[in-house]
Amino acid sequence: MINSLRDLLPIIVVVAFFQLAILQQPVPDLLDLLVGALFVVLGLTCFVYGLEISLFPVGESMAFAFARKGSVFWLLVFAFALGFGTTIAEPALIAVADEAAKVMAHGQIIDNTKTERDDYALGLRISVALSVGLAIVVGVFRILKGWPIHMMIMAGYLGVVFMTSIAPDEIIGIAYDSGGVTTSTITVPLVTALGVGLASSIRGRNPIVDGFGLIAFASLFPMIFVMGYGLLV
Amino acid sequence: MLFEIFNTLIDTVSDVLPIAAIIVFFQVLVIRKAMPNPRRLLIGFAYVLVGLSLFLVGLEKALFPLGRLMADQLTDPGFVRAVADGGAAQLDWSAYHWVYLFAFCIGASTTIAEPALIAVAIKAHQVSGGAIGIWGLRVSVALGVAIGLTLGVYRIVIGAPIHYFIIVGYVVVVVQTYFAPKMIVPLAYDSGGVTTSTVTVPLVAALGLGLAESVPGRDPLIDGFGLIAFASLCPMMTVMAYAQGSAWLSKRDRITRGAKDDS
Repeated sequence: MINSLRDLLPIIVVVAFFQLAILQQPVPDLLDLLVGALFVVLGLTCFVYGLEISLFPVGESMAFAFARKGSVFWLLVFAFALGFGTTIAEPALIAVADEAAKVMAHGQIIDNTKTERDDYALGLRISVALSVGLAIVVGVFRILKGWPIHMMIMAGYLGVVFMTSIAPDEIIGIAYDSGGVTTSTITVPLVTALGVGLASSIRGRNPIVDGFGLIAFASLFPMIFVMGYGLLV
Repeated sequence: MLFEIFNTLIDTVSDVLPIAAIIVFFQVLVIRKAMPNPRRLLIGFAYVLVGLSLFLVGLEKALFPLGRLMADQLTDPGFVRAVADGGAAQLDWSAYHWVYLFAFCIGASTTIAEPALIAVAIKAHQVSGGAIGIWGLRVSVALGVAIGLTLGVYRIVIGAPIHYFIIVGYVVVVVQTYFAPKMIVPLAYDSGGVTTSTVTVPLVAALGLGLAESVPGRDPLIDGFGLIAFASLCPMMTVMAYAQGSAWLSKRDRITRGAKDDS
């Protein structure tokens, strides 16, 4: 409770400072603000508590179970399903895809009708979801093999730079942003626990060196795929 | 009020449903073994869902409207002109100093409260056996987001193409990777992706779009994007810098202590 209050305090200070000192306006609806802040603190406290007794153990126990079972195929299928399934329904991605469709209609790359825009947005969401699924598969495979992450990420950067040079200009900003919005608050703890669990159940892997990095792939692949989608459409 | 909480709870549950379905599917059909402590897990899930819903309702009630309003007001041409020196008619990039400061502060403060980052920091602390501090990681990521947003806002004001900045950023990340302690590298790469979710994205989107609308010659549809990309790139650098800094400090510490032992 006290911890969550401390987490929230910086936002309150920043908002109050700009509102009162720079814009010199009174704070509207002080009561709403206080009630809202109370909710945020309560919510954060519940979330962190629930995280430690559910999301982390679930991710880890599944990692252990897959490691014991020894079936790489099913592990990779699971990795793909987790990446694809959590991304396709992600609200932040839906918002960005709709926005992207507007940009494309504005730039006269697609027709400015509702069906055209919806088709475009759906196609974009599917390509991002596919790329996140693939990213988790590659990331899990890396943990199994113990490959160094930086070589793979650098190869990914080269991919991004190359795609940037051939993709249409309008898509670049959206593509770069789509890397950041794909990973939601539920997915991150689950995927992190999965990676760490895998790395600690495979002999010769170090959880801190090999267990992290899944999110990094999930932020990198969508950029490349979205630019690819921009090229195709 | 209760209605809002209930609605948000329904939304959160439907976001989580595909994840739950995948987990149950694989648990039942592929792993075919019960999870330990199913009761505890369910209670934990309930806490996560209720917590997240309360958190979102609270933000929507208190902070987002005010934050969006402030982003609008700070980027308003009238306000920018009023605080610029001598009320110059032609605004250059330095006239937007309050916007830069706002971007920096809001980036840092929202990242501190980001639930996904708290989760990763807790895990990293456990796994590293305490070598990576929860607060050290959170503060360095927050600093990274703050710097990233400030740079991103500056880019919108001057209207430079985004890929130059991002490519330079990649080069810095690659160089740092070679000098940073090995154990921090994967975590640093991850911290780029976890920073921008529930709290940061809505506020940042308002800031980018507001600014692209008010700066002459910018198209909100094209120049309004890209802030999230900056906010995902810079934390990688600050997290590696944090690890480099603490490695350097402990080395210096050892050397001075060693020198004392010799004398």
